[in-house]
Amino acid sequence: MEKKETFAEVFEARGVKRRDFLKFCSLMSVYLGLAPTMVPRIVSAMEKKPRIPVIWLHGLECTCCSESFIRSSHPIVADIVLNMISLDYDDTLSAAAGFQLEEIRKKIMKEYKGKFILAVEGNVPLKDNGVYCTINGESFLDVLKETAADAMAVIAWGSCASFGCVQSARPNPTGATPVHKIIKNKPVVNVPGCPPIAEVMTGVITHFLTFGKLPDLDRLKRPKTFYGVRIHDKCERRPYFDAGMFVESFDDDGARKGWCLYKMGCKGPTTYNACSSIKWNEGVSFPIGSGHPCLGCSEPDFWDNGPFYTRRADVSFVGVNSNADKIGVVAVGAAAAGMAAHAIGTAIKKGTSESKTVETEED
Amino acid sequence: MAKRIVVDPVSRIEGHLRIEAVLDGNNTIKEAYSSGTMWRGLEIILKGRDPRDAWAFTQRICGVCTTVHALASIRCVEDALGVEVPPNARIIRNLMNATQQTQDHLVHFYHLHALDWVDVVSALSADPAEASRIAQSISPWPKSSVGYFKDLKARLQAFVDSGQLGIFSNAYWGHKGYLLPPEVNLIAVAHYLEALDFQKEIVKIHTVFGGKNPHPNYLVGGMASAINLNSDRAINIERLNLVKKIIDDTITFIDQVYIPDLIAIAGYYKGWLYGGGLGNYLAYGDFPEKSVNDPNSFLWPRGAILNKDLNTIYDVDPKDMSQVKEEIAHSWYTYSNGNGKGLHPWEGETNPQYTGPQPPYKYLDVDKKYSWLKTPRWKDNPMEVGPLSRVLIQYAKGDPMIVDTVNYVLKTLNVGPEALFSTLGRTAARGIECKQTAGFMLHFYNQLMENIKSGDVRTFNDRMWDPERWPSECQGFGFTEAPRGALGHWIHIKDQKIADYQIVVPSTWNASPRDGKGRSGAYESALKGTPMDDPNMPLEILRTIHSFDPCLACASHIMDMNGNEITTVKIS
Repeated sequence: MEKKETFAEVFEARGVKRRDFLKFCSLMSVYLGLAPTMVPRIVSAMEKKPRIPVIWLHGLECTCCSESFIRSSHPIVADIVLNMISLDYDDTLSAAAGFQLEEIRKKIMKEYKGKFILAVEGNVPLKDNGVYCTINGESFLDVLKETAADAMAVIAWGSCASFGCVQSARPNPTGATPVHKIIKNKPVVNVPGCPPIAEVMTGVITHFLTFGKLPDLDRLKRPKTFYGVRIHDKCERRPYFDAGMFVESFDDDGARKGWCLYKMGCKGPTTYNACSSIKWNEGVSFPIGSGHPCLGCSEPDFWDNGPFYTRRADVSFVGVNSNADKIGVVAVGAAAAGMAAHAIGTAIKKGTSESKTVETEED
Repeated sequence: MAKRIVVDPVSRIEGHLRIEAVLDGNNTIKEAYSSGTMWRGLEIILKGRDPRDAWAFTQRICGVCTTVHALASIRCVEDALGVEVPPNARIIRNLMNATQQTQDHLVHFYHLHALDWVDVVSALSADPAEASRIAQSISPWPKSSVGYFKDLKARLQAFVDSGQLGIFSNAYWGHKGYLLPPEVNLIAVAHYLEALDFQKEIVKIHTVFGGKNPHPNYLVGGMASAINLNSDRAINIERLNLVKKIIDDTITFIDQVYIPDLIAIAGYYKGWLYGGGLGNYLAYGDFPEKSVNDPNSFLWPRGAILNKDLNTIYDVDPKDMSQVKEEIAHSWYTYSNGNGKGLHPWEGETNPQYTGPQPPYKYLDVDKKYSWLKTPRWKDNPMEVGPLSRVLIQYAKGDPMIVDTVNYVLKTLNVGPEALFSTLGRTAARGIECKQTAGFMLHFYNQLMENIKSGDVRTFNDRMWDPERWPSECQGFGFTEAPRGALGHWIHIKDQKIADYQIVVPSTWNASPRDGKGRSGAYESALKGTPMDDPNMPLEILRTIHSFDPCLACASHIMDMNGNEITTVKIS
């Protein structure tokens, strides 16, 4: 580990032209939502920093986060794992296995003490001495705590690591517990979603590499860039909600015309994620865009907020209990009034969500 | 003097798998023990929920084979409720399934399995001109110039020189078991990277119809993606054109990259024919051309082979209570009526009771219970499931495409059909099957176009959507052939809620611990008799285990609920 290349050197060594390197940096700035004036800073950062080692642990999970990660289109994952980071430990992609793989983990922890990123996919079964997930005879809890102790920062991939996800759904038989409730003395960034969007995952990493710090986080430790706004507020079907035009049954006339899925149980109005802006798989579509209601998979406890095809809650405002039907009627009759009603309902709904935030933090 | 080795974690798989092996004085594997070391308890979680939501829960069993549980789940709920889906929904599901198979096999070959055959470091001594000559001699794939390989070699050299080897760190490079010349290693590394980039294109078909990948959306009664040729917010000609382009590119990639690489690599390993194992093969079949209730219409037939006898294909009925049963003699569970007897999934139980060593531990006590996986049996036989099973059943039944392709591969490699019963045979079968499923993608696309042209745009049957129309009690069976093999879901619905739900998963068949009679499952059986060059570098073990494409999150059991509450868990 004597020689540590910078990104620029790596790009150069791999035959990437200077012009393409600068173009990459510009694209990154656009992607990260930064002003053009920030481009030189990205260039500078990429030229000076060595590749940061990443240890990627797997606990109770389904590997959908890893699969999403390798779907990233910008940057592509080969560039990330070969040119930007040093993915030294990952059950899914590492060539080595068994004790050789465990040796790498110990070596990185020692040689890069305080200088590597710990990425965690999945969560930790706390019940019964951790027997529900062991790696090389050790409980995942011990492996996680040991590794995190020397990490610079922790990225909690997906809803499992961030909030608990499916194995922590009622009644949570294994005591599955998200990372931030166990690792309290390190910076943790939650990247929820089941899985998170590929470019959100690679965006979080490149943000860290570029600026040397985690992106700004909200109260649930989520990057504001990607989780700051509800899916509903950027949804291409939003005008139909406002106009009171709803799908009443799958494959009905409204479904074929792309009307709003709220009555089919869509959780877009209560879900903070980038699905309706960045979209999925290089912008091809997103769940609502392909006719299925949002499951709310990036929200805490979304598995217990179902059933999925049932409207979650009536939109209530100013002491009046209303719902999508009534808002629709209002909207058809007086569009302006309907819009106003929805706006207030939205504000209240957001308030509800934030009060839930507090509960989640405290429990 | 016997030696015991442990491989844990087994990397380049899904989930948490541990292999313990006992070697004889010549370093040949005498006994092997396969243990799933993770359990999530989803069965308890599903109980009492809306059956229409079950696909989403079960889909999260696995994000690698990210559609298969959803498909099996909606089929079992539809079976219970007596719902037939419209032709478009059946065709779209088949297209998505073929897409999954093709992408999953491609990723498995290059990113989870290739490094058992390909020495990355050896590629550094390759002659780019010779690599180019070889590449052009086996395929018309355009990225095969001298300059291309020269550039790749330089990039690889710079990467190694950086001292940060990342995913290639501390592996088994230079092991005597690697037999490829440097030039073929370089070609394989090139295609490792190209396949990593290309695989993300294939799954965009899931995104078109299911909104995202991993974990696209499914729907009981049909598919949610409506078809409307007069709307830009539904499946229209632009969406269909995108799907068609991806299919064309996929067929090209499989034909010009995967298959030539597979044959080239296999040519160097045709003398390494270990890992055959059980010789018993099972498939539920899939890709219904008519109803899922009409197995005769399946493009992949249902059936079983015993003792490598390709002259007899046995009928398989997963609803027959006497055929598929799960045992727990060596699994960390108990059954309420005694642990000695197997149970059909419709009467199955999951009462976890961990009796293994407390972590941290060095070895498992393999004479007792040693895995979170149960032990499924078909008519009391241990069975292998997966691509080799499906290819053998089709080969035995005389499917023309499979017979031609298998014979072509055998002839090119100059080996007899007995070579199929091996680790290499399993790996070859996956490639042959991948070529077949890429063809299925086009087949189902054409079917979809024909059906839309005929004026049928329906994608959903709402007859049983409303739970008020459901019987007070019913049960169903759903299935699919996952990339890793036969997958079955069994559901019991009572008062509009899930009362019981049980799954028997491909990797449970293959990775299971011993049964009550001490008989091994497919992994354990396949490892026996394999000589190891260096017990500290378990390349041979990884090669054979990876040839099954393990998926442990699926296998570590999972779903079945008979009202057994987990509060009875006891730790000895």
